[in-house]
This record gives sequence, C-alpha cells and structure tokens, in this order.
Amino acid sequence: MSKKRGNNKDLGKIRGFSIQFLPYSEIKELGSNERIRKILAIVLGNNILILQGRLKAEEEARLIGDTMAMIGHVKEFKGIELAVLSGNGENNIFNKMKSGIVNALSGGDLGAITIIGPATIVKEIKRNPKKIELLLSK
Amino acid sequence: MEIKIFGNFFKKIFSSLFKNKKEIKLGFYGPPNAGKTSLANKICKDFTGEEMGEVSKIPHETKNVQFKEKVEIKFRGKTLMFKMIDTPGIATKIDYEEFLKYNMKKKDAKERAKKATQGVIESIKWIDDMDVVVVVLDATENPYNQVNITIIGNLVARKIPVLIVGNKIDLKKADIKKIEAAFPEYDVVGISAKEGKNFEEFYESIFKLVKKI
Repeated sequence: MSKKRGNNKDLGKIRGFSIQFLPYSEIKELGSNERIRKILAIVLGNNILILQGRLKAEEEARLIGDTMAMIGHVKEFKGIELAVLSGNGENNIFNKMKSGIVNALSGGDLGAITIIGPATIVKEIKRNPKKIELLLSK
Repeated sequence: MEIKIFGNFFKKIFSSLFKNKKEIKLGFYGPPNAGKTSLANKICKDFTGEEMGEVSKIPHETKNVQFKEKVEIKFRGKTLMFKMIDTPGIATKIDYEEFLKYNMKKKDAKERAKKATQGVIESIKWIDDMDVVVVVLDATENPYNQVNITIIGNLVARKIPVLIVGNKIDLKKADIKKIEAAFPEYDVVGISAKEGKNFEEFYESIFKLVKKI
C-alpha cells in the first residue's frame, strides 16, 4: 500500500496512497523547520498523515505558508487539507473543540490529533461538534 | 544649550510614540470569499467616501495586502484613527481548476492561482504587524475550519486582540450561533457588509476591541 517517500509522480492518484501515523516523539526534539519539512515530505509522498499531538499555532501558519510556496513548483501539488482535533480530558473530543482554541497555542497537546493530507487525495475534512468526515477525491 | 537638545530629543521621542499610537493598525483576516474587502470597503466608504479594493464572486480576488491610511472612525462622539489593512484570503489549498468554473481561461486561472498562493504567504507574514484584527468569516459556512482556528490561534499567540465577524447575515443559510458556539471566548458580531446590516454593533465592538491593545 505504501509508496516510496518523496516520489510524487503519483501525487493525486488515490490508488497507492497510505495512511501514516506519526507519534509525537518523532517530532518532539525537532525544530520548527525540521518538523514542517518532515510533515511535508510525508504528505508529498502521497500519504495521509495522522500526527499524535499538534503543532504550535505559528508552525501551523508556517506549514500553510510553505505549502503555498510549493504549489506550482511541485507537479500536481495543490496544497493540503488540515484538521486538528483536541481531546484533553474530555470524553467527547468535540466538546473540547467547542470550548475554544486555547490549546491551539500550546503545541504538543498529546491528546490532540492532527490530520494532514494532500488536497489531491483528501477533498475535504468535514467536522462539526457531532462528527468528523474525511472525504476523498474520486 | 544641552537642556534644549535634551528637550528636543524627548519631544521627538514622545511625539513619535504618540503619532504611532494614534493610527491603529486594523487588519482584516479570514478565508477567501468571506467578505473582508467588502467590509473594509463599507468602513472606508462610511468614513472617507472612498472604497478600498475590488470585490468579486470569484475567490482570491484580493491578491496583495492593501492599505488605507488615516481612516477616522467616529462612533457615539468618540473618534479613532485607523490604518486599515485588508489581506488576501488564507487557504491551505489552491487549485487553478476551481477558477475554470467561473469561465476563466486556463492561462488566467493558473495566473490567478499563482497570485493567490503568494497572497496567502503575504497575509501570514503581515500578522505580526497588526494592532487589532477582525477575522471575517462567511456565516453561511461551517466555522469549524482549520484555517479559521489557525488564524485565530496565531493572533492569540501574538496577543493581538481579535473580533470575529460573521458576514452575509442577509443570506438564509447564515448561522451566527454556530460561530459563537465554535469560538465562545470571542466577541462575535453578525453583519452584512453588502447590505450594511448591524454596523452599529460592529463599530461598538471595534471601539471595545481597541481598548484591549
């Protein structure tokens, strides 16, 4: 199912994509540059990344900026779909999300999950207080 | 002589501090097509008689950060001077094919997409320079969108006061309560920039927001 990382000639084709889980320990010691580079390398390898924890707010913005800089320079790359779900101490992860974005600042937040996928594969990540849906492109 | 030089030095320092404080940098942030430019235009029109930028139904119309200096907003006997900064919409993905739906030629669509990506980068870079920010959301859209959360998270991280505006309340699908539920820690004001609805509450919220600087 998985493809060679960094080989983006298949970017945009659903056949062959993989879902990759990255524990927070894998990025904990990395600086912001390396974290973002690692995440983008996974996404460009046609993978949907499920990251334990979350990036800092500034890193999320940086990720969006770096993503934009790649559009038009990496063949078939159209950006990413991104969603962060907080889950600290709540039975229902959405309750925490509803209670605001205070955790958005902390970075880490091991109860959170960050989902990042190439926009060519992940059409939309729909979420509301009751459900989350990952809609894939045809 | 020394006293005079010293005096002039302090005068310059204080006057420059006062001058900088006088014009409050008010940024408009949000996802594409939420109505940032429409709102900025409405404010500028109300207080300067001129508009700020072009608006369009096609997303990513604002390609560069736009400024309007010395916009004096008067509300209930009080006056504040703003430098208004309208920013391109922030998105995590841009596909030129989306623009083809608006009968755009492929070449133009690709050019628009290219400029839109640069616009997003520019918007993000400008966050640090804002004194206060109005985050403009489309009240007919789902507010649980990561772009909204990332923008607000970045403003909070920089201790920049935020006002959330739910635009397009003139449309049936608009749901301000959903935005309030998504961001309970923030002031949320529902407006229609197009029809000029609820601007009393909006200006009142802007004056309250400035007190948080």
